[in-house]
Amino acid sequence: MARIAGVDIPKDKRGEISLTYIFGIGRKRSQEILKKAKVDFNVKVSDWKDDQLQKIRQIISDEYTIEGELRSEVQLNIKRLSDIGCFRGIRHRLGLPLRGQKTKNNSRTRKGKRKTVANKKMATK
Amino acid sequence: MGRSLKKGPYVHYKLLKKVEENLSNNKKAVIKTWSRSSMIIPDFVGQTFAVHNGRQFVPVFITENMVGHKLGEFSPTRSFRGHGGKKR
Repeated sequence: MARIAGVDIPKDKRGEISLTYIFGIGRKRSQEILKKAKVDFNVKVSDWKDDQLQKIRQIISDEYTIEGELRSEVQLNIKRLSDIGCFRGIRHRLGLPLRGQKTKNNSRTRKGKRKTVANKKMATK
Repeated sequence: MGRSLKKGPYVHYKLLKKVEENLSNNKKAVIKTWSRSSMIIPDFVGQTFAVHNGRQFVPVFITENMVGHKLGEFSPTRSFRGHGGKKR
């Protein structure tokens, strides 16, 4: 029922957890927000009073970049790296890890699903 | 871990001297350097560096966005041409 920041509708969960469903808000920020709004962490979203909900909305929209805005900010940062042609930008373009990790194996998060090269053994004879 | 602010950004002293010479004479000579770990500071904007990558000097023209990065970041040391020989 509770709509915060556009489309996010978390409910039936403790406020602290529920807020983390918003992109850009994790446990830490969620706790910060609830503290500022003077709402107990453990109160379920469905039990929030209207004025509390209002307050939380207010705090989030005033003090944090979240959802679409945050996503575009991240994209812009990546684009910047890519445009100046620095190492990290190149790695972003190639879809490889940026921070010096090994790529002989693993790194699947960046590289995506394995692409098997077939019939490699045949050549050795 | 980041570098201590107290020390300021690292720039090799000889490199800095060359840049200052360029600035004071208002010319844009390409500066050859091996100092890949030098930070790009605002004074460098508009200069062209030839940064060594272990084999050759890669020309790097400094723009405003690059400030805060290191010279080496713009001169890749490896060239990966892709796997497989199908296209050969």
